[in-house]
Amino acid sequence: MSDTGQERRLVVAVPPHIHGPESCRSIMLWVVGALAPAAAWSMVQMGTPAVVTYAVCIGTALASEAAWNALAKRPQTITDGSALVTGLLLAMSLPPLTPWWISAVGAAVAIVLGKMVFGGLGWNLFNPALVGRAFVLLSWGGVLSKLPSKGWYRTIDVAGSGSLDAISGATRLAIAAAVRMAKGGYGFDLAAQYRPLLLRNLEGSLGEVSAALLIAGGLVLIWKRIIDWRIPVGYVGAMALLSWGFGSDPIFNVLAGGVLLGAFFMATDYVSSPMTRNARLVYGIGCGVFNAVGRFFGSMPESTTFAILFMNGLAPLLDRIFVPRTFGWVKRDG
Amino acid sequence: MPRDAFRGGIHPPDMKHLSAGRPIERAAVPERLVVPAIQHIGACCEPTVDPGQRVKRGQAIALVDAFVSAPVHSPVDGVVEEISEHLTAAGLRVPCVTIIPDAEQDFDRWEPVEGSDLAAIVRAAGVVGLGGATFPSAVKLVPPKEFTVTTVILNGCECEPYLTCDHRLMLEAPDRVVRGGVIIRESLGAERLVIGIESNKKDAAEAVREAAQGTEAEVVVLPTKYPQGAEKQLIWAILRKEVPHGKLPAAAGALVHNVGTAAAIADAVDVRKPLMERVVTVTGRVAKPGNYRVLLGTLVSDLIEMAGGFSGEVERVIAGGPMTGPVLGSLDVPVTKGMSGVVVLGPGDAAKPVDEDQPCIRCGRCSEACPMFLQPFAIGTYANARLWDRTEQFHALDCIECGACAYVCPTSRPLVQLIRIAKAELAAKGVRP
Repeated sequence: MSDTGQERRLVVAVPPHIHGPESCRSIMLWVVGALAPAAAWSMVQMGTPAVVTYAVCIGTALASEAAWNALAKRPQTITDGSALVTGLLLAMSLPPLTPWWISAVGAAVAIVLGKMVFGGLGWNLFNPALVGRAFVLLSWGGVLSKLPSKGWYRTIDVAGSGSLDAISGATRLAIAAAVRMAKGGYGFDLAAQYRPLLLRNLEGSLGEVSAALLIAGGLVLIWKRIIDWRIPVGYVGAMALLSWGFGSDPIFNVLAGGVLLGAFFMATDYVSSPMTRNARLVYGIGCGVFNAVGRFFGSMPESTTFAILFMNGLAPLLDRIFVPRTFGWVKRDG
Repeated sequence: MPRDAFRGGIHPPDMKHLSAGRPIERAAVPERLVVPAIQHIGACCEPTVDPGQRVKRGQAIALVDAFVSAPVHSPVDGVVEEISEHLTAAGLRVPCVTIIPDAEQDFDRWEPVEGSDLAAIVRAAGVVGLGGATFPSAVKLVPPKEFTVTTVILNGCECEPYLTCDHRLMLEAPDRVVRGGVIIRESLGAERLVIGIESNKKDAAEAVREAAQGTEAEVVVLPTKYPQGAEKQLIWAILRKEVPHGKLPAAAGALVHNVGTAAAIADAVDVRKPLMERVVTVTGRVAKPGNYRVLLGTLVSDLIEMAGGFSGEVERVIAGGPMTGPVLGSLDVPVTKGMSGVVVLGPGDAAKPVDEDQPCIRCGRCSEACPMFLQPFAIGTYANARLWDRTEQFHALDCIECGACAYVCPTSRPLVQLIRIAKAELAAKGVRP
């Protein structure tokens, strides 16, 4: 009895007494790492405006979370990495020339209205970055759609689709849609767009510069088991299938717009997506279906944002429907 | 070829290299033994000796006349010093018999146990489940009335990290393990005897397989995954049968004993030896990690000293494995029948204690890891909200408390503890599985 707990300070805690390597911060940093190549490439291609957009979004996200915690007298949470991911994702969903104050408002709304008012990380119903993006789109959609771009569309003949001004700053996707509306078919070869969309696309938002880098990052997250493959596979699969069904090019429709950023990085947000395997697959498919329907029949070009937000709202219901069978139970009672 | 493991589970670093190579060594006889009168699940025994009385090694010192119970024996020749309440590893104060051992001890001699039949002998020997459950073994030797046990399974998985006592026992006394299995199978009239061993103990599997030659025992090597040694997961891995909710393993035609228990049953039947000592893995931050044959009632503080004392900075001392064992707040507690290890963890080995109530980020890792296919996040959230009915709807009562959910939780939520609270609340309301 020479060495009792009274003499030596022992930690008394509940089992298990060992813990796995994963923490909230390590997971968030994996997501940041997976997005980093695509983000870096967009800065290389877009230059200073892109850097400003990233800096403003991330900085404002962190600052507004810190400020909220300070005002609400809650423990500081900005080091958990989630505000960093939100800021980064919001920036990647915005065009590079977005006025800095719009980026800032978007990031503040994302954090405060998208997350903190619900009680902080874990309690929000919707993906905070998408809440910020939706707010920006609804408030200043006209501003964003008239931002100058590098002019790929000028080489396309869009006769009959109205003046060039109407679609200035438009993405390949918007042009494809406009042309389809005007001519009842595609005026240009969608397959020829695969290569620029994969490697170097200067229209659209910062997250659309290289689909290849987004796919690579997403695959890393699946490989590291940070995200469940069921969500992106369900999402992309449904999107491709429906695009094909609606008479368009499935590959073009997956590569263009926000589908890949949404499928790998937005819809897979833990807090706002379902938690069990079957529910995740259904949720992923739902995102793809609403995204496709919105793209082909909607009046707004923002089908990705609203498809995911809509499915976010259904996630708790899906969790409730797809409760797994407990080991030892033949089937669930009730 | 290893069979598929169960679905779910985790792969923590097993840390068995610290002590797996150390042969079982007899721990020194301490100055005094504090032997609890209850070391099993079931009715508490009454001490039957008085202070000042001489006791012999193997003599029963605490008894009770109840079906689910196990007597306690003196592990040494000596004199009873006092009978008083003492703290145990479980955190309870229970009646204990303190014995001052004689200077000379003959470990090869004991008071033989008596009994009219096999179950009576095992019961009189005080054998309980040595894997940690401490359920009286004799009860499991009587065939259940409503079910037929077709397969007796010996559990040699030892899936808890750090522990190597079963590993060494299988390696050094495989014949005792097999013999115990044969006795159990015969007494139940079961068809098969299967010994399940995890693939990280190939040498033990080989030794047992050799010892099993000429007997009906089959050795099955299972993939290394925690909690492979959990009863229901082991039965599934071997028989591909699920133990139905709220039923005994016999409902799936199986009966499981730990390999150490089997060896203790063999000793009780063959040489009438009562359970007075057990192999304990003392490992982690001690100078001489190893596997020690320890007299029951040895204080953990004495045992740690025998293992060379602490080495380096110490944070937690665990009775048993680090996934499920209770932590010790005081080292002044005795080794009991169910204590398979004393694991000493320091900063970096042990989980960081979490002060604040951390949020669930809904990542779903707990549900992926749960070998019972539960949704620990949901039970935990409802337990926090004191919605006990909801915890029952999410089958809190099926939780086996393996700790896999809390191990993987990125925000380190105390999920097992929340589920335990829910179970206790449901039990208090009279809800049974």
